[in-house]
This record gives sequence, structure tokens and C-alpha cells, in this order.
Amino acid sequence: MSNLKDKAIKAILDNKVVILFVLLCIAAIYASKSPLTFVAAELFTRFGRNGFLVLSLLIPVLAGMGLNFGIVIGAIAAQIAVFWVVYWGFTGITGFLLCVLMSTPIAILFGLLVGRLFNKMKGAEMIAGLVLGYFADGLYQLFFLYIIGGIIPVDNPRLIISTGIGVKNTIDLADNLKYSLDTVPMIAILKITFTIMFIAALVKLVLYLRKKNGSLQSIIMLGAAAVLGFALINFIPPLTDFLSTDRLLLLDAVTIAIIILIAYQVWDLINKKLIKKDPHYQITRPLLFIALAIALYFATYLKPVEQILLFVRIPVTTYLCIVALCLFNSLILRTRLGQNMRTVGQSQTVANAAGLDVDRLRVIAMIISTVLACWGQLIYLQNIGTFSTYGAHTQVGQFAIAALLVGGASVQKANNKQAIIGVILFHTLFIVAPQAGKELFNNAQLGEYFRVFVAYGVIAVSLAMHAWKTTVKPKITTAPSSGEEATVAQS
Amino acid sequence: MSTHFLLNMKNISKEYDGNQVLKNVNLQVKPGEIHALIGENGAGKSTLMNILFGMPVIHSTGGFEGTVEINGEQVFIDSPQKAIDYGIGMVHQEFMLIPGFTVTENIKIGREISKPSLLSHLFGKGMETLDFEQMARDARKALSDIGLNIEEYIQVAGLPVGYMQFIEIAREIDKTGIKLLVFDEPTAVLTESEAERLLEIMKVIASKGIAIIFITHRLSEVKNYADSITILRDGEVVTHKDIKDISIIEIAELMIGRKVEKLVDLAEDTRTLSDSDIALSLKNFHVDMPGERVRGVDLDIRKGEIFGIGGLAGQGKLGIPNGIMGLYKAEGTVEIFGKKLDLSKLGSALANGIAFVSEDRRGVGLLLDESIELNIVFSAMQIKDEFLYHLGPVKLLNQKQVRQHALKMIDLLDIRCTGPTQKVGSLSGGNQQKVCLARALTMNPEILIVSEPTRGIDIGAKKLVLEYLAKLNREQGMTIIIVSSELVELRSLCDRIAIVSGGKVSAIVKPDAPDAEIGLAMAAG
Ligand SMILES: Nc1ncnc2c1ncn2[C@@H]1O[C@H](COP(=O)(O)OP(=O)(O)OP(=O)(O)O)[C@@H](O)[C@H]1O
Ligand SMILES: [Mg+2]
Repeated sequence: MSNLKDKAIKAILDNKVVILFVLLCIAAIYASKSPLTFVAAELFTRFGRNGFLVLSLLIPVLAGMGLNFGIVIGAIAAQIAVFWVVYWGFTGITGFLLCVLMSTPIAILFGLLVGRLFNKMKGAEMIAGLVLGYFADGLYQLFFLYIIGGIIPVDNPRLIISTGIGVKNTIDLADNLKYSLDTVPMIAILKITFTIMFIAALVKLVLYLRKKNGSLQSIIMLGAAAVLGFALINFIPPLTDFLSTDRLLLLDAVTIAIIILIAYQVWDLINKKLIKKDPHYQITRPLLFIALAIALYFATYLKPVEQILLFVRIPVTTYLCIVALCLFNSLILRTRLGQNMRTVGQSQTVANAAGLDVDRLRVIAMIISTVLACWGQLIYLQNIGTFSTYGAHTQVGQFAIAALLVGGASVQKANNKQAIIGVILFHTLFIVAPQAGKELFNNAQLGEYFRVFVAYGVIAVSLAMHAWKTTVKPKITTAPSSGEEATVAQS
Repeated sequence: MSTHFLLNMKNISKEYDGNQVLKNVNLQVKPGEIHALIGENGAGKSTLMNILFGMPVIHSTGGFEGTVEINGEQVFIDSPQKAIDYGIGMVHQEFMLIPGFTVTENIKIGREISKPSLLSHLFGKGMETLDFEQMARDARKALSDIGLNIEEYIQVAGLPVGYMQFIEIAREIDKTGIKLLVFDEPTAVLTESEAERLLEIMKVIASKGIAIIFITHRLSEVKNYADSITILRDGEVVTHKDIKDISIIEIAELMIGRKVEKLVDLAEDTRTLSDSDIALSLKNFHVDMPGERVRGVDLDIRKGEIFGIGGLAGQGKLGIPNGIMGLYKAEGTVEIFGKKLDLSKLGSALANGIAFVSEDRRGVGLLLDESIELNIVFSAMQIKDEFLYHLGPVKLLNQKQVRQHALKMIDLLDIRCTGPTQKVGSLSGGNQQKVCLARALTMNPEILIVSEPTRGIDIGAKKLVLEYLAKLNREQGMTIIIVSSELVELRSLCDRIAIVSGGKVSAIVKPDAPDAEIGLAMAAG
């Protein structure tokens, strides 16, 4: 079976980065002698903190603009809002939503400007983004060090340096914004969801009555589901109690996920096989999934696994935001906008000749990414709880990008899966590296260096690979008409 | 009485950094006519069409002079978007397809069909969800209208070039509200029978009142299908006539500015070919090239022979060279001068002294941002270490030798350029093609495989190319394999011609075999 062997080799080669980092992580965890429960708990916290930011990088990759070093600018938009909201004294989820409300228009404006600039520097977006990040940092410092207090009168001894001009180095968010999103209880989210569903049903009904399109049945179903859901969570006390907590025990989360997975597969199976009788539908796949889910469920009873599951609690709302962004990233592919961005990403010449407004699409991609990065930074800050005024944003771009790359993404290709795997691997390394350094060399600092080295190293290698691919690739005497494999084989 | 023109381009002039490529060109096209635009390689045909379509290459190099009128109204087209809004469609000389997309996605590119969704009510048309089913239905219809038998959901990457050409045409046919269609050398990558099919389709389109501008280097197509003609020479219009008032010979003469003799004048033949001296031998050769599958070919090509491979599109003639070069998965034995090739290794044919000119324009691997001279010597330099000084471990380019050789090739193949340092990307399509040929010839291989050697090359230059191939063969004993859809070309040069049908060799014929015999072989299998 040489075919199978070839496939296995290809799979390994395709995932070499991920495999390398998995091995590295395992080795580092082992060397650090950290308890797994600790690593897991820390990892889930960091995932909630950074996941959104990393996922905000995907759309520009889709549009062929590479890794968006410009997300720093989105982070800056977030921080401007955070400063004012703290200054005005808003707290909790109100404060958080106000931050969103205030920072979004700023991020849209910034995204527009960055997009315009990138259009003037086609092909050099990544360099431009990197330099722009530093430039924006300069302006940001000017604003926070001099203009606030110096030109705009701000009087608050907790925020402003004693001279009255300039903002302090760190702003404590502990009694205003800290955990403001993380602590939103599940029930609130569900209520909002059902309300939105209900409103959507109403809107659809109005549209239906006016234009007679869509089916009345599905609209009624939607409305009924919303009402029913609302009633269920409100009037069944045990359910209400369960949902009123904000942190979900990992064990419960896994159980719920497994139930949802199985339910979905069963529903899909019944729908496609028995109702629609789709001839292409293969029954092995869902069965495999269900078997896997059940196996997973039994795995939760293994002692070390159970320990972790009973130890870790995840902030549900934040995780839901991350899930929503994943959904957005994959659903946009099914929209006209997403398809057009993909076209632009594949070939600007072809897109242009097909009558697409290439520049506009690229600007939209930048706006989306900047806004998402801005929200990501808000999530980051509310979780970490202290706002280092001049440092919080500086490495946002580098670290998010490094995480994405560790997940196996490249300058031209990146998806949700790679982002998620990347965050997990990269941050595992971050968690255990100092301890591993201490255990191995009696020097925690060494571990710190190592993780910074990894972050920059992986970016450098990936950019170098990209440069090498784009300049060397065409230099093949008889270029194959299909696939990259052949090219790689020759070089 | 004044005639009504759908398109009237007046006094169009265009300069590319000081190089005047169009001078006061006028072009008038009536609704529902097929208008042929003819000229040598580099005469300015594509440039004129790029101006009409508002391509960025025109506007990023200083725009143009002159006016464009559509239906008597002056228009300013500075982007393809505007051209499309005016009802202009264009099949460009280079493929405008995205290899990673499916056929449907390519046909519907920029014109996706979508359904309103909840989000689209809030954020506008961009958020509408794509209606894949409707798009696939449309694509299927367009494909069946042009008679292309292909699944609409497969990826375009790896398809034979002929298919790609038809997909581009399907895309234009699928558009609604078109008034004028431009076809820039659509038949260059097609076999004669495919070209005929395409031309019949064009007639049907024209009969609906849509005007067509048609660029080609095959003059018989012009005579048989066009209604009127404009001939360009060196960026100027030399004539504008109804097709009935002009003959093929006149067209050719007007276009190249001198008399054309017969296709090839062969040098004296002093070769002796021997059945025991085999250069390339194929046994039970299979190639898995989509659309051009080879299913068990046995061939022995003698040393010093010019061997032709012909056949209809999709029958596998293109699969043979692509398989030998390792560009597609191949099985069976390939021996070069008795030595077995390792088919799983991509460079192995190259390393064994075979050079290949691919039929695939897009994939030919020219370095578009580099000079003509560097492109010409590139392969020889990389693979054979030629044109280099060796200073210990350091290798330096021998600039003088490169220049000399480039000048020779430019002269030999009549590459129309401003000099050997011009960037290849700024050459006309046909002249880029000549650079490809020059590069393969520079390799000075023992066996040269050329696929569609004269694709996109004007009749004057065609003679030069074919004669040079013959000269290499006669004087240096180079074994040459020509894969071509043009039978005339094969007949004029080859010692034997293999006809491929159904992935197998159905006959090996003499170049003077009667048409009937060849036709029968093509239809076999
Ligand atoms: N982007 C460019 N920059 C500079 N010169 C160019 C550019 N594009 C084309 N040219 C020059 O303009 C001239 C006309 O080229 P054009 O592509 O219009 O020729 P053509 O008639 O289409 O030839 P072919 O039959 O080979 O396609 C050529 O001499 C070419 O070198
Ligand atoms: Mg041209």
C-alpha cells in the first residue's frame, strides 16, 4: 500500500509546523513538571482572553492581504474607549457595552484609513502594517501623554499623572471593567438570543406579508421556538439556577457539547436520509461522529481527565463570543461579500477584469478585521483586569500572528481550525516555558526568552517562506499546470 | 446615409513609456457583425482592446488619446466595471480564470447570484447568501449551450487549456445585457474542430444583434466567419474593409507588409534515420491528466527524427508530453536513449536532456518582471550551468555572452521588443510565446518537445519558427517532437505523425497521407 504511505507522508509534511509544536509543548509540559490541572486552567483562561484577537486575522488573509499586522490599530481604538469609559465611571457590562459602542466607530474609521493606505502599497501590506503599527503607537503616546490633560482637561488623580498632564502607566480595571463580559450569566445570553429570534420572526413576518416570499410555516416555527425557549429557561427553576452562573464547569461544557453534537448528527441523519432521501448522503460519517462523541463521553471518566474537567471553569459568554466569530468567519464564505473577497485574494487582475471593485473590497476586509481586533482587545483587557496604558497594544499583532502561524496557517491560507489550534499550542508554550526553563536550567528568564524567541522566530520563518515562495516559485522551467506539490518537489 | 455604429473608436493613440504602440487608430463596429481585428504580434490589437475595456494597465501607464463612442454617445471607460456596465464583455488573451475555483464559481465570477438573508436586510447586498444551486444551474446551461461536456463543480486547475478557453466563453455567454463581445485570440488554444465549434457559437451570438470583435492569427477563420475586417500594422490601421472585398492573401500581405511565400522552406535533408537508434521510447504509457488522459501508448521515436503528434482535443495528445515531463501522474516505461526515466521525479526528464515548451500559456513559467535576456538563458543557466563564470564556488552571470545570445534569438525569432532588457511582462502575447520558445531552444537539448509551437504567433513569425526547428534538426541532429492541433503545421515539417485518439495511438501516418486517412484515424477509438 504505497498509496497509503504516500498519503501519510503528505499529511505529516502538510502539518509539520503543528506537529513540531505539539511535540515541543509536550516536552515543555513534561520538563516544567507543572500539574496538568494548572496548565489546563491557565490555558482556558488564555484562550478566552486571546482567541478573539487571533480570529480577527482571518478575513484579510482571505482577501489576499496577508497577516494583518495592522490589528494593533484596532487595539488602540479599544484602548481609547476603555480610558474614557473608566474616566466616566461606568462599570460592569454597561461599561463594556459602552466601550464597544464607542470604540466601534473609531475602529471603522481606522480600518478605512489603514485599508486606503494598504491599497497604495499593494504587495507590501505586511511591512506597511508593521510600520504603521509603530507609527500609530507614536500618535497614541502623544495623545495619552500630552493631549489628555494637556489639551483636553481631564481631572482624575487615579488616571492622570500628578503633574496633571498625561495618563498613568497602568490603569486598574479591577472595580470597573474587570470580568465585565466574562461574568455575564448564560441565562442573559439565552434571553437575548430568544428575543432576537422573536424579533427576527416578526421582521420576517412583516416582509412576508408585504412581498409574500419565504414560507409562513418556518416563520411561525421560529417565533414559537423563541417563545418556548424563553418560557423554558424562565419557568423551570433547576434550569434557571444552572444557567444563572457565569462560569461553566468544563465537565458540564463537555457534556453539553457532546449532547449537542449527537443531537445534531441524529437530526441531520434523519433529515437527509429519511426525509429528503439524499442519495449522496453517506451514513458512515454521522455514525462515526456519534461513536466518537460517545467515546469522548466515556473518556471524561478517566481519572486525570476528570480531574481537569472538575477543576476548570470557563467564562461562557466570552467563549460564546469566540464561537460566534468562528461562525461569522465561516458563514461569510457563503455570502456574496465573502466570495468576492476570496476572488480578490486569489487574483486581483481577474477580480478587476470581472468588474469587482478590488480596492473597495480590500478596504472592507480591513474594516472588518480592525473592528474585530478592537473587540478582541476589549475582551482581552476585561479579562486581564489591568490596563497597561502604553504597553497593552504594542505586541498584539505579533503575538496574535505568531499564534495563528503556529496553528499551521500561512500568509495565503488561514482558517478557524488553524487559529484555534494555534492559540492552544502557542499559549501552552507561554504557560510552561518559564517553569521549564527554571527546572531545566535553573533560570526562569531563559524560558521567557525562549517563548519570545518562538513568537518572533515563527513569524520570521513564515515571512521568509512566503518571500521565498513568491519569488522562487515562478522560476521553474516547465511550470506544472496544477498544484504546488510538483513545484516543491523540484526545488 | 450614415451607418449606425455600435462602437466607434476615433483617433486612438497610446504610448508605453515613450514607445508609441497605437497611432490614430479608428475602429468601427456595427451591431450584429463579426469584426475581425488582424495584425502581427505586437501590432497593438490587445492594447486597443484593453483601452476599450478600461484595463488598469492602460490607465496606470498614462491613459490614452482619442475618443470612444458607444451608440453614438461618447463614453469614458476607465475601469472594467464601467465597460461591463456599458454592455461590453471580453475574453482576454490571457486566461482570466481562478484555478482554485470551480467551473461554476469562475463562470459566475463577480456576478454571483444570491438570496436575501436576515443580515442582508441590515448590511446590504454584500451579506446576501449565495444561491449555489441557481448558479450551478446557470453554469450548466451555459456549458451545454457551447457544447462543453464537463461537470460544473470541478476545479479549473489542471484542466486542459482548451477547456479553460470554453469556460471563459461560457462566462461571457451567461451574461445578460451584452451588446459587444471582444474575443482576443480565443481560437489560439483550440484545435481546428473546436475552433469551428466556437466560431459557430459566435455566429449564433452575432445573429442576436450582439457585435463581436474577433482577434486571431488564423486567416481562414477570418475569411469564413467575419463580416468585416480592420488590419493593424505597427500600431496603425492599414485597411478597413468588408470581408467580401478582400482575399486571404491580401490580408496576409497587408498585415506583414510583404509577400508571404509558402509555409516552410526546408533545408536540404542529409539525415539517415535508423530504426535501431531510438531516442525516446514509450511502453504501455499511461498519464492521468484530466481531460487529456493517455491510456496505454507505445511509441518509438528515432534519433534525429521530427515526430508529430496530432489528434482532436481531449483525446490525450497533450497528456503524452506532460506525462513524460512528470507534470502529471504517469505510469509505464519511458526510455531515453535506452535509459529508463524515473517518472515519479519531476525534474528527471529535464535532467536527461529533454526540453519542453508547454502548450499552457499561463503556466509557461516566464518571469514576467525580468528582462527578455534573463528569461531566455534562465533554464540553461539553472540546469546546465551555462552563461556563468565560475570563480571557485561563486557563480557569476556572464553578461556579455547572455546579451549576445539574446540578441541572436531576438533576431532569429523576430521578437518585437525595445531591446533585450525589456521586461517580458510588457511584451505582446505572441512575443512572450516566442521568448518561451527561445528559452527551450537555448537549452540545446538532445530531444526537444514542443507543444503547440506556433500558438498565438502570426503567420510571418510562424514560418521563422518552423524553419528554425527544421534547421536545428538538420544541422545538429536534434530529435524534435511536435504536438500540434494544426495539421498543416505537422505535415509541413514532420517525418511521421502519430494520431492520438481515445488515449491511444490510432495510427502513425506519413506527412503526405491523404486527409481521409488522417480523419479516419482521428475518429477512431
Ligand atoms: N504593459 C506594457 N508596457 C510596455 N509595453 C507594452 C505593454 N503592453 C504591451 N506593450 C507593447 O505594446 C505593443 C503592442 O502589444 P499588444 O499586446 O497590443 O500586441 P498584439 O497585437 O496583441 O500582439 P499579439 O498578437 O502578440 O497578441 C508591443 O510592442 C508590446 O511590447
Ligand atoms: Mg495580443
